[in-house]
Amino acid sequence: MGDTPHRSADAGTGGTRVTQSHEWPAGASARVAEAPVSTRSPGGTGLGGGGALPRSRRFGAERAFRGLTLAAGTAVLVIIAAIAIFLVVKAVPALHANTENFWSYEGWSPNETEPKFGIGALAFGTVLSSALALLMAVPVALGIALYLSHYAPRRLGTALGFLIDLLAAVPSVVFGLWGRDVFSSPVRDFSVWLNQHFGWIPLFGGDGPFGASVMLGALVLAIMVLPIITSLSREVFLQTPTANEEAALALGATRWEMLRTAVLPYGRPGIIAAMMLGLGRALGETIALALTLGITFGISFNLIQNGGNTIAANIANAFGEANETGRGALIASGLVLFAITLIVNITARAIIYRRREFTESAA
Amino acid sequence: MAKRVSASNVTAYYGGFKAIENINLTVEPKTVTALIGPSGCGKSTFLRSINRMHEVLPGARVEGSLTIDDQDIYDRDVDVTAVRRTIGMVFQRPNPFPTMSIFENVVAGLKLNGVRKKSILEDAAEKALRAANLWGEVKDRLGKPGAGLSGGQQQRLCIARTIAVEPQVVLMDEPCSALDPISTLAIEDLMFQLKDKFTIIIVTHNMQQAARVSDRTAFFSIEKTGDPGRLIEYDNTQKIFSNPSVKKTEDYITGRFG
Repeated sequence: MGDTPHRSADAGTGGTRVTQSHEWPAGASARVAEAPVSTRSPGGTGLGGGGALPRSRRFGAERAFRGLTLAAGTAVLVIIAAIAIFLVVKAVPALHANTENFWSYEGWSPNETEPKFGIGALAFGTVLSSALALLMAVPVALGIALYLSHYAPRRLGTALGFLIDLLAAVPSVVFGLWGRDVFSSPVRDFSVWLNQHFGWIPLFGGDGPFGASVMLGALVLAIMVLPIITSLSREVFLQTPTANEEAALALGATRWEMLRTAVLPYGRPGIIAAMMLGLGRALGETIALALTLGITFGISFNLIQNGGNTIAANIANAFGEANETGRGALIASGLVLFAITLIVNITARAIIYRRREFTESAA
Repeated sequence: MAKRVSASNVTAYYGGFKAIENINLTVEPKTVTALIGPSGCGKSTFLRSINRMHEVLPGARVEGSLTIDDQDIYDRDVDVTAVRRTIGMVFQRPNPFPTMSIFENVVAGLKLNGVRKKSILEDAAEKALRAANLWGEVKDRLGKPGAGLSGGQQQRLCIARTIAVEPQVVLMDEPCSALDPISTLAIEDLMFQLKDKFTIIIVTHNMQQAARVSDRTAFFSIEKTGDPGRLIEYDNTQKIFSNPSVKKTEDYITGRFG
């Protein structure tokens, strides 16, 4: 593109003198015409103008930046691989020392002379409490996000959005203490009520005591993941093209039908991503659950009796008193958590990938 | 099917800004009416107030009366969604729903009206796509995303989506401004066919287009920036383009006025 003007400028300086025009640029007109070219080769001597094109630089900002990004990308892989190797190396000796089945044994006493520990109950508790938390948090979060993005007056929406983001900045130990000392008593009362009226459902059965239960842990978790899911989905909902919202309205959609037709489908990949981030936080949450759960080692669907445990909470509770094998056992449990998180992420990717034809053309 | 649209003393605001003032005009059924005029003169605002899309924007409101066959669409008891179903709209830029297939796009309006039966939806989709001159091009790929079509096809898809709900009036807000001449021609041909069934009102910046497609033309203008747009002249298209009665109209259509 940039070549065309200065060639014609050379032609303008006179047919036979074309080659000379570089050594002593004769006409002012030629110089003016060449001026834009000089910005491309700031060296000063090579003003272009029919001479050889400047050589591409072998080392420069372009290359350096590419190297930096490559290094950053590689670092992620190296760190993940390092974590995986560390977990495996530390876990294997403890797994060998285990005298019970690691997958099915319901209990955790790796510090004995005959170490016995099993991941089943912990993994089950982790998935149960996280899934329950997500089940409670997602509808509320989507409701808040839709309200903030499409119903609330703009100022109120911004202010409330800010408040919700603040909720994400509260340290999890604060949530844990609040859950244990304050929130547990209403949850206990509610659990007793559930037990009296719906005790015939196994989820709400049992003879008590109630309170420090999976329900409490999941409720606290739900509050903790709420801001992540809310603010991400709100961002996505705000990005819905106005043209699509107007198209739905012009077809005679009510506000809610417009949200269902244009906004929610458009935001679907974003909602899934937000849910997965929330689930990731819930699965890995440590201290809040260590403080609120009843800490038992059994697989039970009962949500309201004292009990429940998760991998991360167990690590927090047991790490202090663990010996060599104990630490290895905890690290093995960490490896399982790592695998669960990985499976969750892969599933989420797969869901998004399945509809790529539609989401890509939307972008 | 087609209905008469009449506006009397329609004034529209964006917050404190008065965009159009005292528009009086009647559009006969089964005709094409073109709204022309310089940018910012309120053509689109007027068009959007005909199906109550104007009030979607925060702070926007309309005064005066707008009727379709003697029913006031701004009446307190009128359901706004019913108004928009009766008066369909095609937008400036093609806006198919990106997450939906071609088929889902066409029947989106019907689904909003509670039609669920597959056979009815399929018949309606074919009918609308045929009416929009798009059936032949997409009949083998109805399940593909609507956003994957070319710009002209997308706009015809949007027209199909609009007419699938069988409105009485179709509003078009510069429907060809984002399209190439061939697609534009396809849409203009389509307008000729559609006026057998619908009342069509189109906003256009292209005066040849107004002259080609419309039966009646309304010329809007403003005194200066910040003033509300007014209807300057409204007459048969032939008269407007050959022998306008207002000097300002003549200046505009002959290009002496920007």
